[in-house]
This record gives sequence, C-alpha cells and structure tokens, in this order.
Amino acid sequence: MAAEELSFEGAFAELDSIVRQLESGELPLAESVALYERGRALSAYCQGLLDQAELRVSKLNEDGSLTGL
Amino acid sequence: MPTTYSVGELTAYIRDLFDQDDRLQSVWVSGEISNLSMPASGHWYFTLKDRESQIKCVVWRSTVQRINFRPSNGDQVVLHGKLSIYEPQGIYQIYADAIRPQGVGDLYQQYERLKASLEAEGLFDASRKRPLPAFPLRIGIVTSSEAAAFQDVQNILRRRFPLADVILSPTLVQGMDAPPQICTAIERLNRYGDLDVIIVCRGGGSIEDLWAFNDERVARAIAASAIPIVSGVGHETDFTIADFAADLRAPTPSAAAELVTPSLDDLREAIAGLTVGLDVSFRSAQRGRREQLAGFERSLGHVSPVGRVRTYRQRIDDTLARMDSMTRHRFALLGERLASRTAALNAANPEAILARGYAIVTRREDGQPLTAADAVPGTPITIQLADGRVSGRIENEEGR
Repeated sequence: MAAEELSFEGAFAELDSIVRQLESGELPLAESVALYERGRALSAYCQGLLDQAELRVSKLNEDGSLTGL
Repeated sequence: MPTTYSVGELTAYIRDLFDQDDRLQSVWVSGEISNLSMPASGHWYFTLKDRESQIKCVVWRSTVQRINFRPSNGDQVVLHGKLSIYEPQGIYQIYADAIRPQGVGDLYQQYERLKASLEAEGLFDASRKRPLPAFPLRIGIVTSSEAAAFQDVQNILRRRFPLADVILSPTLVQGMDAPPQICTAIERLNRYGDLDVIIVCRGGGSIEDLWAFNDERVARAIAASAIPIVSGVGHETDFTIADFAADLRAPTPSAAAELVTPSLDDLREAIAGLTVGLDVSFRSAQRGRREQLAGFERSLGHVSPVGRVRTYRQRIDDTLARMDSMTRHRFALLGERLASRTAALNAANPEAILARGYAIVTRREDGQPLTAADAVPGTPITIQLADGRVSGRIENEEGR
C-alpha cells in the first residue's frame, strides 16, 4: 500500500516494524535496501501528517449524523 | 522596669504555649462550615462555627487530596487536627488533617452503599479495564457543549494530538435529568462506532453538582460501553462512581485529554528516533555484509587452487629435467657403443688387411678364392692388392 494511503497509526506501526526488521540484520541486501527506502518515505509521511494536522471537532446528533463545530 | 516585648516576641511566646499543650496537638471538633475558600493553591480555608463561637481552620493541599468529600458552606462536619497560632495575623486556628460530614448525610451514605454494592458485583474489577489505544485518532466526548471542560479538552487535544477527530455527544452534566442523558450520550457514541476512546467529563463543582456521576445508571452505561472510557470529573479530590467504573480515571477533564493522547512533541521525537534507528540499522547491516564479504575473500584465498597449480607446474619442470638428463645419458652410452663397434668394424675391413701387405687371389674364371689344390700351372688368376688388381697365371706347383 502506498504510504499516502495509510493512517498515521498504520504508517507509524509499519515504520516501527521496518526498523525492527533492519535491526535483526538477516535480510537479503535488495530487500533491506527496499525496506530502508520505504522507512524513509514513511518517516517523511508521518512528519508531514503531524505538520499539517488540524483538530476536527464535530457534534453527534440524535439521528446519528455529525455537525461540524 | 517591666520587660517590654515586641509583638512578634509576644506572639511567639503564645505560640510556644499552644504548642506545648498536648491536648491542642490532637483535637476533634464539630461545627458548621462557613466562609469556605478554596483558592488555586489547593488549600482550603474556612471558619468552623456554632451558636457560641468560631474557629478558623486550614486544610493543606496534601490533606485535601486524601479527602473524598467536598465541603460547602453550611455543612455540619467533624474534623480532627492540631490547634496552633498563625503568627503573621496573631490568630489561632486548627490545622485539620481529617474532615468528614457529621452524622454522614444522605448523599454520602448513598454513595458509599452504591460503591460497595457495585464493587462487590465486580464492576470495578481491574480485569474489566481495557487498555487505551496508542493513537486515538477518533475521540468521543461526553459532556455539555457549553461546559468549560469541553473547551479545556479541545485545547489540550489541539495542542497535543491534532491528528484526532473529536466527536462530541452532548448531554446535561448536572441535575435530575443528567444521568439518563449521560447514558444515552455514551450509547449513541457506541452506536456511531468506529471510535478509539471516549472521554466522559465535567468540570469541578459541589458534591451535589457532580452527583450525576455517582448514579448507578451512569456507572453501568460506562461499564457496558464497547469503547474504552476515560473519566475526568470534577477536581483531583473528587472520586465518583463513574470514575471507578471507567477504564481509566483522570483527575480532571484536561488530564483526561492528556492521558488519552500522545503529545505531538513525543510523536515527533519517536519518529525522529525511528528514523535514526532506520539509518543506524541499515548502515550496520551494510557494514556487516562488507565484513562478511572480506571474510569470504580471506577464506577463498586459503582454499585457492593457485597454490596447487604452482606445485603441479614445479613437478612438471622436475619431471622434464629428469627426462632430459636420462636421455642425455642414454645417448652418451649409445655414442660410446657406436664408437667401439666402428672400431671393430674398421678392424675387420679387408682393405685394411690388404694395406698391411696381404693379397686376395681368386680364380679368374669363377672369382672363387684360389686354393692350393686348384693351382695347376697355367690357371689364370686375379690378385687383389691394396692399391689395385693384377692378373697372372700359376707357373708351377710347389711342394704339396
């Protein structure tokens, strides 16, 4: 899945798991290079999400619909 | 001349008198609370009075935190403490270390009974508490939309974790109608679903103000929620039944918002940490590979066939040299033999014999060597000499 399609949580969790895999040091070279690049992309993606984040607040109505506040 | 004391000296003297009196170090006193003041410092100040008199009282913040009841003016209370002098104002007052409602009022009894029964039922068991998600991207809030608590929570969330979607499920938070509304608000969020956590909160107030959160229905709605609930009701010192039923109790609404979210700074730090980890582990893996490669190269050197090729080459050279010398020896031998044969051959050569003065005599008619028997006079003969042939005839026979 492209990094841009992940939630922050998903991207963060994947980044965490990539670091663990690289730390284990038992990957084929090509795979570890690919993982490293993926990790860099996820890191930038997560930082970008944080930079742009703006709290969204809405109210839950009785009929189950949302109204922005 | 009588001694003249300064005000401070005299006050210190009086204070010593009070402090030396054992009875005043530990007194129980009952009365009605008035002039109650609860400043931001967290200490409580009030006057305890009855029809006859009044005494000033102080409850330090450290004690306040241990008291699970919130006094208001007019409350009849029993308190325990030490009586001493407050020198700056020259007044005596009680420093209270315990305080409770006198005769234990209705509300307090209800609270204790409900708490005991729900506790016995297991509603507050630690095993029921659910863990909170690390990244609550969707946060439900159950409180009044007008409440300052709602603003406080939003402010904290905006600062700490702006990635979140906040969904308010509005409700009254005090009064008779509040408990059923709070239950409905919680259920509505559960029906809406897809939330990571719910904050049930209300700002500080009197014990009556907070009473909706001591309602059994609210406690059960909280326990029944499929979504984890964090409570933040009143101040640090207020422990409501809702708090006990919640998955996590926060001392205040703001604290609830802080407890459910990671902070932006922590997140950035965590990502930076992971990114460093990424670089470090990748580089160290690369270094490991290079070292392994170098090791392989060394090992290859040890088992290389180059050495063996060299050995073989040498052996070939040796063999060639041996063959060479053997051959030469053989030829030398052959040469010697040839020379001796040649000499023998030379010795047998008839020309050599002729040269020594011998002659070969043959009959001219058949070329056969002449014998004495054949030699009748007149027989034509040929005589072979070293330097040529001569012909002749037998003249006579001689003495056979």
